[in-house]
Amino acid sequence: MPVYFVRRVLAAIPVMLVVAVFVFLLLRLTPGDPAAIIAGDMATPAQLERIRDTLGLNDPLHVQFLSWMGRILQGDFGTSLISNKPVIELVEDRMWPTIWIALITITLSVIIAVPMGVLAAWRHRTWVDHIVMTFSVLGFSIPVFVIGYLLIKLFAIDLRWVPVQGYKAPSGDFGGFAIRAVLPALTLASIYIALIARMTRASLLDVLNEDYVRTARAKGLAERRVLFRHALRNAAVPVMTVIGTGFALLISGVVVTESVFNIPGLGRLTVDSIFARDYPVIQALILLTSGIYVAVNLLIDLSYTLLDPRIRY
Amino acid sequence: MADTTPIRAGLRLPTGKLAGAGFGLAPIIAAVVLLLIVLAAIFAPQITPHDPIAQNPVLRLKPPSADFPLGTDAYGRDLLSRVIYGARISLIIGLGVTVLAVVLGLAIGLVSGFFRVADAIVMRIMDGLMAMPSVLLAIAIVSLFGASIWTVMAAITIPEIPRVVRLVRSIVLSAREEPYVEAALSLGTSMPRILWRHLMPNTFAPLTVQATYVCASAILTEAILSFLGAGVSTETPTWGNIMAEARIYFQLKPSLILWPGLALSLCILSINLLGDAARDVLDPRMGKRKD
Repeated sequence: MPVYFVRRVLAAIPVMLVVAVFVFLLLRLTPGDPAAIIAGDMATPAQLERIRDTLGLNDPLHVQFLSWMGRILQGDFGTSLISNKPVIELVEDRMWPTIWIALITITLSVIIAVPMGVLAAWRHRTWVDHIVMTFSVLGFSIPVFVIGYLLIKLFAIDLRWVPVQGYKAPSGDFGGFAIRAVLPALTLASIYIALIARMTRASLLDVLNEDYVRTARAKGLAERRVLFRHALRNAAVPVMTVIGTGFALLISGVVVTESVFNIPGLGRLTVDSIFARDYPVIQALILLTSGIYVAVNLLIDLSYTLLDPRIRY
Repeated sequence: MADTTPIRAGLRLPTGKLAGAGFGLAPIIAAVVLLLIVLAAIFAPQITPHDPIAQNPVLRLKPPSADFPLGTDAYGRDLLSRVIYGARISLIIGLGVTVLAVVLGLAIGLVSGFFRVADAIVMRIMDGLMAMPSVLLAIAIVSLFGASIWTVMAAITIPEIPRVVRLVRSIVLSAREEPYVEAALSLGTSMPRILWRHLMPNTFAPLTVQATYVCASAILTEAILSFLGAGVSTETPTWGNIMAEARIYFQLKPSLILWPGLALSLCILSINLLGDAARDVLDPRMGKRKD
């Protein structure tokens, strides 16, 4: 296990390196002078020179890349071209709304989706199954922002149960936070629920015909115990995998959802910096989100040994 | 992994084993809906009641009427005409990205699956591409290279390629151990010929299924890009653009967002349902399941 652990962590390095090279080249491959693109049409030569200098654009490409990587490894992601603040500070300012919404989303998704999938597999090919699968196909097909607006229309405009948009920090006013976080979290959860429910169902269907399930039933265990203790445990690995790969959908969904609900999180920061061509911030955010994605999937990979003792590395 | 997840329609005829291929009602309805969307896009100039672009301030934000079946937007343009025209960009992007991603992914996947040296490098690059959130990557590419239908297409294609590559590669990896490939090798058949004649046909059925999901995902990403303002020019009526413009009027007139949203959802839904049907018919592994 420790050897495997080390090997898996090391395997993540080339992936992140590819991401870094890609992110680095993105600006350098754009047609024209990157400094001019960033500065816009109204820039003076002095401004251009300043930007070239900040970005190190006057050095050879490999030197630029190595020095950029070196600074990032020391935790220095550069300075925003717009606000002149360190990128790290910007990210720290904006990350909490995103983290809160994401945590609620994941919890909500698992709590809703896993029982849905279990129910569908248990009542396979009945109306229960059909309803769950219809929900799943809909959740997968209706875009996040459409769901967001539908929820706003229904619960905020027609029923007036929750405010239309906005965000409050949970530390100050928890009720205000919760009431504003419900719709964004439900919106984001829709596709995740669809994904997890479908995988839980498919994976459970695979194991429900196994001998040990029959044995468990034959020895008179309650059906709930058979399903949740015996079957679900063995069906858990593909479900965990899909939670990990679905994380990419969550990240993309955050960008859209924060725009729909006016939440000042990392998603909004990303869109704002892309339109402002604030390149150091864009680079940092793509690196950061990719890093989180890789780390989440790494943790999930490592969790397989806990879920299924037969998996030995 | 998510790509091989079965997306299964719940809607089926009571006699689910109809025609032996598991055809239910859902794929038929989906095919009809998609056909209608395609026809509407092609014949948009003939069937739309009004010009989708010409502005008419006098008629702004009108409720539905006989003349404007879905009402008008903030510039007095007919919403129905704009939604119909919006199908064009979505379908062009969906089709274009699918062709590009499948062709490129197929080529890269075949080479990567067959040549071990290339494989290690190619797969690291693909892993890296997959680690980047596709929407972020796409908006970054579009905003840096300038928004046009071509950059949008390229920006959406790049994150889709790795999934096709992975699928093709996994098929080639198992197929190349088959006796017929060994036989072809021992007869001195050239590499390109083995790839082309012996390995590539194995990928067609799964690729067809995958292509439908790529198409649905491309249409979705295009709409997100437009919605965030990083898509094709805001003067072009796309479903995402119509929704983006209507954002500030949402509380006043939700229909401006809900109608294009409905069109977009129906389009993606029907493509996904057709993909499921294609999987039921084409994928022999799924056929064996008691599902």
